[in-house]
Amino acid sequence: MKSLVAAVCLLLLASPLAAEALNVKVGVLRETHSRETLSILDIPAADDTLAGVLLGAADNNTTGKFTNQSFEATDVRLEEGDDVIAALDSLIEKGALFIIADLSPERLLAAAERAKPKGALLFNVSATDDRLREADCRANVIHVAPTRSMLADGLAQYLVWKQWRRWLLFKGSHPRDELLAQALRASARKFGAKIVEERVYEDTGGGRRSDSGSVQTQRQIPMLTQNAPTYDALIAADESDVFANYLPYRSWDPRPVAGSAGLMPTNWAPAHEQWGALQLQNRFIQTFRRLMNSRDNAAWLAMRMIGEAATRTASNDPEKLRLYMLDKDFSIAAFKGVRLTLRPWNLQLRQPILLSDGRMVVSVSPQEGFLHQVSELDTLGVDEPETKCRLK
Amino acid sequence: MQIEVTNAPSPTLPRRRGRGSRFGFSTLLPYTPRHGRTCPGHPRASRNGVDARDKRGHDARYLLAMTMSALLCAAFSVTPAHAYKAYISNEKGNSVTVIDTEKLEATATVKVGRRPRGVALNKDGSELYICAGDDDAIQVLDTKTLKVTGKLPSGPDPELLALSPDGNVIYVSNENDNLVTLIDVKKKEMIGDIPVGVEPEGMAVSPDGRLLVNTSETTNMAHLIDTQSKEIVANILVDGRPRFAEFKKDGSELWVSSEVGGTVAIIDPVKRELKQKISFDIPAMSKEAIQPIGISITRDGKRAFVALGPANRVAVIDAETKKIEKYLLVGQRVWHLAFTPDEKYLLTANGVSNDVSVIDVASLKVVKSIPVGAFPWGVVVAPQ
Repeated sequence: MKSLVAAVCLLLLASPLAAEALNVKVGVLRETHSRETLSILDIPAADDTLAGVLLGAADNNTTGKFTNQSFEATDVRLEEGDDVIAALDSLIEKGALFIIADLSPERLLAAAERAKPKGALLFNVSATDDRLREADCRANVIHVAPTRSMLADGLAQYLVWKQWRRWLLFKGSHPRDELLAQALRASARKFGAKIVEERVYEDTGGGRRSDSGSVQTQRQIPMLTQNAPTYDALIAADESDVFANYLPYRSWDPRPVAGSAGLMPTNWAPAHEQWGALQLQNRFIQTFRRLMNSRDNAAWLAMRMIGEAATRTASNDPEKLRLYMLDKDFSIAAFKGVRLTLRPWNLQLRQPILLSDGRMVVSVSPQEGFLHQVSELDTLGVDEPETKCRLK
Repeated sequence: MQIEVTNAPSPTLPRRRGRGSRFGFSTLLPYTPRHGRTCPGHPRASRNGVDARDKRGHDARYLLAMTMSALLCAAFSVTPAHAYKAYISNEKGNSVTVIDTEKLEATATVKVGRRPRGVALNKDGSELYICAGDDDAIQVLDTKTLKVTGKLPSGPDPELLALSPDGNVIYVSNENDNLVTLIDVKKKEMIGDIPVGVEPEGMAVSPDGRLLVNTSETTNMAHLIDTQSKEIVANILVDGRPRFAEFKKDGSELWVSSEVGGTVAIIDPVKRELKQKISFDIPAMSKEAIQPIGISITRDGKRAFVALGPANRVAVIDAETKKIEKYLLVGQRVWHLAFTPDEKYLLTANGVSNDVSVIDVASLKVVKSIPVGAFPWGVVVAPQ
């Protein structure tokens, strides 16, 4: 045993990275996501988001063996009506100054306000709202999740590349469906597609499951999509998951569906396997016995960003890590084929957008030919010249 | 908003595509080499510019030019070259292509296990070891009969391997378990493993056989391992996703490429510390597209070649001053490199364009492109 200790000491002496033990505490604040999904494949697991955090912590701890750093996560799950401020306070009390947040925009902003005087740094892993990176941007919130405008641009570039420029836009009746529709309209303008008509699918309430429900749907969707002007693609804006998944194979005209169903833009798909992604998928499946969804992936990536910055700066000070992540030399590998970096003007992570049909990754945007003077990744989403963000 | 839309193809005529499309159309189209081929006294057959189109589509009219150039080259070529055999692993072809380095053409294609990537030869070149990732095995190919004669034990999904200088031990990175596995070549047995960082990948052994280096892709370190004690003696942080390691032949330097970081780290293996980093800057090419992978350094330690992945170029570096001398345009998504033993040629495996580019080392020109199987990845040349 003695010799073992000696050997370990030697090892630490030999390593230029050996330093005083450093513990990095990470808090997880996550909301319960709706189980009301059209496809039962989309019902969130109990460890939704958290699983990604834990895998990221395990990866960081493997590295930490060599750097004498350890990472631990504390999870707080919020039900509807729970106070996000109290939850955040409890995490900060435990010393967690890095907060991985899977929250609605309202709760995220409230948490950011509270975290500011305490010096805590938040990582948004699920809210796609552009306003959080624009008028409502905050200097202590790093956005790992892509925005609606990035997702819509990723899809639009591919559709334009395919010469499917005429879109029939079918949107849901909830506010966030309209936000997605707005992003899609902006993408159409930006990349030269045309929305030939817009239709609204009214959510009249009711559940998603019923025995033999498909019989009705099969008759309903053709009626709702008939008499449309000539179009190339049926684009669904349905974040509320009320109808989009009913569209493929049922529309009046035989047209591809994209957006909230069919070809879907996303930051991660369980079928993504290129650029070494298979290794991450394998690690995730082996550990959690399920597939990695986009929130799990963003949470893993947030944890990796914390780990990478802690390793490079040999620090667990949120401000030091934040500055390091903003440095032009910072980049993170995320199995997307290119390095990911932060947009310094609003703390949004630049990233390719995967286009998945649920079974395969069909393509990855930015598409070839969409050029940019700084980074082709900045052809996706609101760019610096248009930003309304003033970090504070 | 400063975004341009260019190159939108007609849907009936898909272009061959680069980054982001590992399942491009290249296998469906007639082979059309896209990079420069030159020979003395003949004009360059293709432009060597650096505009944005170079890394993307290319023109079929080059086919004619390349063919003409090939015929002329053949007619005027006088320098005798040794007939070595090069072995190329074809990641999606599930095959190994054999190339005659005198004729500069493929002479055989051998079916092997699934997803072959890392390849290495034993000392006398009689056996080729192939990491067949999707078969969770290292296959042994008899290079005389070109038959798979067996397999070595390995962990799941082997990707790269390195042989000890005496040829007795194979070191293989075992990505799923964060281990480096040691295999006795003669007994075909696992003889140990060493825990390393997340997703071990690049492997190299120092010329004296005493130091093993492993790079871990997610930990972003080069782990230096004493081969006698099998203990890690140093961990050196490098840039994102380190994929490949190569020693200078005199053991004075260790070079490690970081695919996502876009740099090559030069490590002093004696002092066990980072000496410097080389970064690359190609006009009109986005930084993200420059992804260093394979490294080859000449025996005299004076010149290094670094494959830059989807930048479709090989960087030529003065290995003493570390200055970049030149970028050579090769095929698409260039992975690994190998010299012929006389260092007359350097072969590059180009994943997306399904070919091997041949670089003439003396003139620093790309002299030929050889069609091989689907998604060539690894390359090794037999010593005799």
